[in-house]
Amino acid sequence: MRVALFLTCVNDAVHPRTGRAVVALLERLGVEVDFPAGQTCCGQPQFNTGYRRATEPLVRRMDEVFRDYEYVVSPSGSCAAMVRDNYPRIGAKAMAEGRGSALADAAGRLVPRVLELTEFLVDVLGVEDVGAYYPHSVTYHPSCHGLRMLRLGDRPLRLLRRVKGIDLRELPGAEECCGFGGTFSVKNPDVSAAMGADKARNALSTGAEALCGADNSCLLHIGGTLRRADAPMRTVHLAEILASTEQEVYA
Amino acid sequence: MSRTFVGMPPFPTAARSSTKDGQLRANLTHATHTIRDKRAKAVAELDDWAELREAGKRIKDHTLRHLDHYLEQLEASVTAAGGQVHWAADAAEANRIVTELVRATGETEVVKVKSMATQEIELNEALAKAGISAYETDLAELIVQLGDDLPSHILVPAIHKNRSEIRDIFQDAMGRWGRPAPEGLTDRPAELAEAARLHLREKFLRAKVGISGANFMIAETGTLVVLESEGNGRMCLTLPETLISVVGIEKVLPRWQDLEVFLQLLPRSSTAERMNPYTSTWTGTSDGDGPQRFHLVLVDNGRTDTLADTVGRQALRCIRCSACLNVCPVYERAGGHAYGSAYPGPIGAILTPQLRGVESELDASLPYASSLCGACYEVCPVAIDIPEVLVHLRERVAEGGGHRDGHRVEGAVMRATTWLFDHPAALGAVERAAGAMRGLVPRRLPEKLPLPGPAKAWNDSRDLPELPEESFRDWWKKREQRGSGE
Ligand code: SF4
Repeated sequence: MRVALFLTCVNDAVHPRTGRAVVALLERLGVEVDFPAGQTCCGQPQFNTGYRRATEPLVRRMDEVFRDYEYVVSPSGSCAAMVRDNYPRIGAKAMAEGRGSALADAAGRLVPRVLELTEFLVDVLGVEDVGAYYPHSVTYHPSCHGLRMLRLGDRPLRLLRRVKGIDLRELPGAEECCGFGGTFSVKNPDVSAAMGADKARNALSTGAEALCGADNSCLLHIGGTLRRADAPMRTVHLAEILASTEQEVYA
Repeated sequence: MSRTFVGMPPFPTAARSSTKDGQLRANLTHATHTIRDKRAKAVAELDDWAELREAGKRIKDHTLRHLDHYLEQLEASVTAAGGQVHWAADAAEANRIVTELVRATGETEVVKVKSMATQEIELNEALAKAGISAYETDLAELIVQLGDDLPSHILVPAIHKNRSEIRDIFQDAMGRWGRPAPEGLTDRPAELAEAARLHLREKFLRAKVGISGANFMIAETGTLVVLESEGNGRMCLTLPETLISVVGIEKVLPRWQDLEVFLQLLPRSSTAERMNPYTSTWTGTSDGDGPQRFHLVLVDNGRTDTLADTVGRQALRCIRCSACLNVCPVYERAGGHAYGSAYPGPIGAILTPQLRGVESELDASLPYASSLCGACYEVCPVAIDIPEVLVHLRERVAEGGGHRDGHRVEGAVMRATTWLFDHPAALGAVERAAGAMRGLVPRRLPEKLPLPGPAKAWNDSRDLPELPEESFRDWWKKREQRGSGE
């Protein structure tokens, strides 16, 4: 099977390690991975801040870049949710504005094929034990988009529980938003920081070595909060744990 | 009582002080977490909750689509039952109508049932200007009124106060409004409740005019419905000679039978109760029983404009249960006052800017008062997709924001970013440049640096991430050149 990796702009520029981990993981599971170089950003920052028209070229680009792949896999729940939830809305609004159905058609082609990494692993490949080894204590933060928009359910936890050597600890208040919210963190810095501080406090209360998530944007925010406090906890993307084996450490 | 929401600062400014108020945060966190856990249990008891929610949504949508028809039917049934219907296009007109109706009775005092609509139009302030004292009789509203405060929650307006703060308010202010608080009042709940009971009983027995809102109005029978927990509302609905009900036009339902859905959805969502403690219904007037004069003031105040917006109109389905407030992490930290209107929390963030427009700085800030986490949508008993409406309204703010410098600059940045994202080669170059300069980017910027707003906001409480040496894109290119499999 050959899939396209939609890495997302933040991961490309700031967290390339996550991308390398996804490639290693999928290849280990016998999947051929392609990274179409024309990909950039799903348009979520613009769309969520109120600049819908500015996202339209990116919807078209996503459609062109990923048109030939059966599956487009992304290690970011919020970017996958952007495509699945909001592209159809962008298409519908363009139609309502009398600008034809091209965007709606693009959305229609993308929506069924764009999957978040854990959905692809559990639903398409049908694996929970990916053969990972990670001898550390970890607590898992389910990001809002994965939890409530994509309805990932316990897929990430099912994958984590099968990792050898892991000491998985429950995160108090796990389902609460970390306060990142894209531009929310700069438009409402005080509320965002208060939410981040509470999330960091809950994570630290588990005594785990690392906070794991499936969305690097949230981890960037919580990690920045933890580092500012010089807290003894690092953040790690789920893919990096799943990619790690006894021979090779990704995280 | 002169405080109003008019002229409040934008949300981020108001939230700055409330996030730092430890007592307020503690009061709010305790109250919202208690009720949200109880709600989750109450809802989990019904295995047909999803169907009920869908039914609630459908009934409301159907009614809104044929609102003109049902409102005319309602007017006919209320009139036939001996009531009189008045139409108010905006807050000023509604206030004028109510003031004149009270004046016509010759009274200068009224008792009030807790009502969101009268808060929205700031009726108490308007009556006060006309020399009429309006007494709130809901316990929490009473606390807010005596404390010369503003409500901060739809259901629990005094949620931000704890017991000892309430005792102080009773002791200070009850005497100025009527019967003073008993000597030596402590902060024991039973004593506080007794003080309020004695204070209010005098008002109930003296009042000749009652003013209420309504949770629902039934078009086919002309019946109005109020749900409450204390029974104080029922006193106001039955004892006075004149009853004036002020209700938003979106509160109408077609049939009596529709109540079966909402009387299940509302109590479980709001107070986590299986059945509502006091459900009062009244239909026009009856000889020798209850108020002998009944007026219904139907308020538009921005509702038909909201109805015209195909995405935003779903906000009119709201049954004011406040479940979205109780789960909202932003509300929990910022408190209700920061939203600057009678409707705080997620529903306030989408309803207020639709009812009032987005011209003021405060109203333009409300659609951004959310991290879009989606918890509100998940609990809403009539399935209002609040995040969808928030983003939709942000568009209105961003596009209509030519006169706002902030949004002009932001729009330019957003368009430039799109250009960059639409040119992968340029994006790669930017990433490489950033990677090359990574050593120059400190994880914490110096305190005194005159940073532009966003960078400063981020830097105030978080460290910046370390930039990698090489973007994924470049790593992949090299790997391809080497031949895959490394
Ligand atoms: S928006 Fe929904 S959850 Fe919020 S108060 Fe209204 S009905 Fe309740």
